Amino acid sequence: MRLAFAAGTFVGLLAPAVGFFLVQRRLSLIGDGIGHVAFAGVAAGYLLGISPVGTALVAAVLGAVAIEWLRAHHRTAGDQALALLFYTGLAAGVVLISAAGALNANLFAFLFGSILTVTNGDLVLVAVLGAAGLGLIALLYRALLAAALDEEGARVAGVPVGALNVALAALTAVTIAVSMRIVGILLIAALMVLPVIAASRVAWSVRSTIFLAMAIGLGSVYVGLTTSYYADLAPGGVIVLVAAGSFVVAQATSTLLQRRS
Amino acid sequence: MPLALELRGASFAYPGGPEVLKKVDLAVDSGEFIAIAGPNGGGKTTLLRIALGLERPTRGNALLFGEPATRFSRRARIGYLAQRAQLGIDAPVTVREIVATGRVPRRGLFGPLSAADRAIVEESIARVGLSAQSDSVLARLSGGQQQRAFIAKALAARPDLLVLDEPTAGVDVDAQDALAALLERLHRDLGVTILFASHEFGAVERFVERLVLVRGAIVFDGAPAALPTTWHDPSHVHS
Repeated sequence: MRLAFAAGTFVGLLAPAVGFFLVQRRLSLIGDGIGHVAFAGVAAGYLLGISPVGTALVAAVLGAVAIEWLRAHHRTAGDQALALLFYTGLAAGVVLISAAGALNANLFAFLFGSILTVTNGDLVLVAVLGAAGLGLIALLYRALLAAALDEEGARVAGVPVGALNVALAALTAVTIAVSMRIVGILLIAALMVLPVIAASRVAWSVRSTIFLAMAIGLGSVYVGLTTSYYADLAPGGVIVLVAAGSFVVAQATSTLLQRRS
Repeated sequence: MPLALELRGASFAYPGGPEVLKKVDLAVDSGEFIAIAGPNGGGKTTLLRIALGLERPTRGNALLFGEPATRFSRRARIGYLAQRAQLGIDAPVTVREIVATGRVPRRGLFGPLSAADRAIVEESIARVGLSAQSDSVLARLSGGQQQRAFIAKALAARPDLLVLDEPTAGVDVDAQDALAALLERLHRDLGVTILFASHEFGAVERFVERLVLVRGAIVFDGAPAALPTTWHDPSHVHS
């Protein structure tokens, strides 16, 4: 449980921080698409008998770069690029899992998260990748924001928007690989998006939106993990339901504040 | 000193479509303030996109400060306000946050702004008259104020060339006048080269030195006073 909380701290902070830029660029569903490719990576790990987290990380990064490449070089609409990867990843995952004969409870833990399966090795990987992800966002914050606010203006002024898009896609892939033990592959995209949508209802600037979203993400993970421990539920689902609840509270607060002003 | 911008016999057609721009020759000197006018669909935006290197002409060529526009290396020298410039994001963004992103082309991708960067941001906000609104959320400002915030963002990069595509679309006549006066002041105080493209060019007509009328090709290029009376902007009428 302590390992899950420690890993969850990085997940709760990193997912909304990356998710902020995805939501603003209308790429809210990219986490889902890359998550399904990560599923194929997990399946490949089982088939090859090596760490599923490592293979999921490699698959997710490759999938994320492929989405950006399709969008940038082949004039494929974002949703079409996503659909291509989404279904191909899912199909590949199902085929590989069948071939490995691994349709069991361990797989269920990867899909929906589990408190008990977080190991010391997982925690080290989550801590290193999570800290690196947060550090990269802090370094690239203003450049990522410039590309999100006015992509064409940034491109004309020489900001390497393509490279920033690839960096954001890679950050998304790392977030998914880091989070799948806690929240699960099928639900991690929700933790990237829901806290951001909730925060933007009550925030007063970009900076406050990001920090509020990270606070909501962290709170959702802590409350979700605690609830799932005592009620014996899959943590991914509980964490996401808490995040969804925070949106309802934020929306109600926003409506109340608008009526008063 | 090389021209700020030059098109030589530039034509453009989208794949499978007819030519939307034919054999355009245009030379813009550093320090000029030019209005690119013409009807919607007349090719103004295409002309700007070719000039900025965002599109490659199907015939002819485009140069920026003497370099091929598509391979231009000193892009921080260009400030660009795209057509219907608006926020690409839903989150609340303050004027200061928007303008601060304008420093990215000059200072690079990594790290926080320096004290000098922050001073330039405040100066840019002051130049467009939005100091009192610098902590305001952009979405709560008027259309004219939002456009001025985007101009301040472009100014924060200290550009040599400022290109504005339909900056007055959707703003009232008074706001158009205020924007035109602001651009004239920036041109005079900073010496920045300005290209202002709009089908509503009445507001800037009295400030620009040169008017270029585009209807698939350049049909007029000269001083606004020399423009035939019937071609003047009929939309700019004060109530």
